[in-house]
Amino acid sequence: MLHRFANPTRFLRFADRIQPWAARFTVIFVIAGLYFALLNSPSDYQQGETVRIMYVHVPSAWMAIFCYTLLAISSGVALIWKHAIADLIARSTAPIGAGFTFLALITGSLWGKPMWGVWWVWDARLTSVLVLFFLYLGYLALQEAFDDRERGIRASAILALVGLINVPIIKFSVDWWNTLHQPASVIKISGPAIHSSMLIPLLLMALAFKGYYVWLLLIRIRGEINFMKVRALQLRQVHDDESAFRGQDQTMNNGVG
Amino acid sequence: MKRKHKRLTFIFMAFALFSIATSLILAALEDNIIFFYSPTDLIHKDPGPEQRLRLGGLVAEKSLRRIGNAVITFKVTDNTKTINVRYKGILPDLFREGQGVVTQGYYISGIFEANEVLAKHDENYMPAEVANAIKKSGQWQDNRTAKKGRTE
Repeated sequence: MLHRFANPTRFLRFADRIQPWAARFTVIFVIAGLYFALLNSPSDYQQGETVRIMYVHVPSAWMAIFCYTLLAISSGVALIWKHAIADLIARSTAPIGAGFTFLALITGSLWGKPMWGVWWVWDARLTSVLVLFFLYLGYLALQEAFDDRERGIRASAILALVGLINVPIIKFSVDWWNTLHQPASVIKISGPAIHSSMLIPLLLMALAFKGYYVWLLLIRIRGEINFMKVRALQLRQVHDDESAFRGQDQTMNNGVG
Repeated sequence: MKRKHKRLTFIFMAFALFSIATSLILAALEDNIIFFYSPTDLIHKDPGPEQRLRLGGLVAEKSLRRIGNAVITFKVTDNTKTINVRYKGILPDLFREGQGVVTQGYYISGIFEANEVLAKHDENYMPAEVANAIKKSGQWQDNRTAKKGRTE
C-alpha cells in the first residue's frame, strides 16, 4: 500500500481526481463556516463579539500542529523507506504549515490585546507556538542550505523529526504549567466547554481549513513534480551538451595528432 | 538486519532518548516556565520585596475597592490562600470578580503591589442567555476557572 503511491505518475492521476473535490469542499465549508461564524452565531457572555476571532484562530492553530505532525511523519517515512511521495508531501506541507502558524500567532495577538490587555506574553503556550514557527522556517531554510539538494533534504527531514517533540509540548503546555493562555476548550476529557451554537461554526471552519490544506498540498506537489521533471531535463541537456563538446574536442585533438 | 530496518530502529531510539532528555530539561526548568505563581505558591515561596514576579488566580468575589486617585485593591485567591493586591492604573475590559487574573509586581510584607494587571479568560464559551439560564437554575459553579495550585 505504502509503495503503490510511490510512483509520481500514479500519484498525479490520483491527485487529478481528488483536487477538484478538495476545491469544492473548501469553498462550501468556507461559505458555511463564515456565515455561521460572522452572522449566525451568538456573542460570548464574557468576551462579546471579540469571540469571533476564535473561528479563525483555533482552526489555524489546529492546522499548524496537524501540518507539523504530518511533516515530521512523512519526513521519517522518506528517511527510512526512501519513499518519493512522502518526501514530496513533507516538503509541500512545510510552507503551508508555516502559513497557518503565522496566522495563528497574528490572530492570537489581535485577540490577546482586547481580552488579556497585551499583544504578547512569554508564557509556555505562546512561546512553544513561536518555536513551532521557527522550526518551520528552519526546515525551509535548511533545505536550501546545501549545494547538494539530497543532503539538504535529508538534513531538514532530521530537523523535522527532532522538532516533533514540540507538538505534545504545545498541546499540554496549558495543563503542565501556569499560562495566561486558557486551557483546551474542545479536545478535553470532560467534553467540549463550548456551547453548541459556537462549536458548530468552529468545526465548520476547521473542516474548511482542512480542505484548503488538501487543495493547496495537491497543487504544491504537482508543482514539485514538474520542477523535478524540468531539472531532470536540464541535467540531461547539460550532459548531452558536455558529451557533444567533449566529442568535438576529441576529433580536434585527433586532427592535430 | 536490512538497512531500512536499521534506520527505523535508529530513528526510534534517537527520538526516545531525545524525548527523555527534553522532559528532564523541562521538569528542571519548571520554575522558569510557569507564567505566574498561585497565592499558595507565593506564600510558600515568600520572595524578597525586590523580586519582580507574577501572581495569578481568581479575583475574589466582592473584594474590589476603589480608593480614589485610580488606586484599586482586590484579593486574588486560588480557593486555598488569598493575597491582597494593590494596583494603580487601568483594568482590562475582561477584569471581573470571580474571573481569572494575572498581576505583575512585588510582594511586599503580605501585600502584592501590582504594576500590571492582565485578565485571564477561561475555556468556557457560551452565549449570554445560556450563562444566565445556568445561573438562574442554580447550576453555576462558582470559580469554575480555578486553576489548581501547584502544591497538590
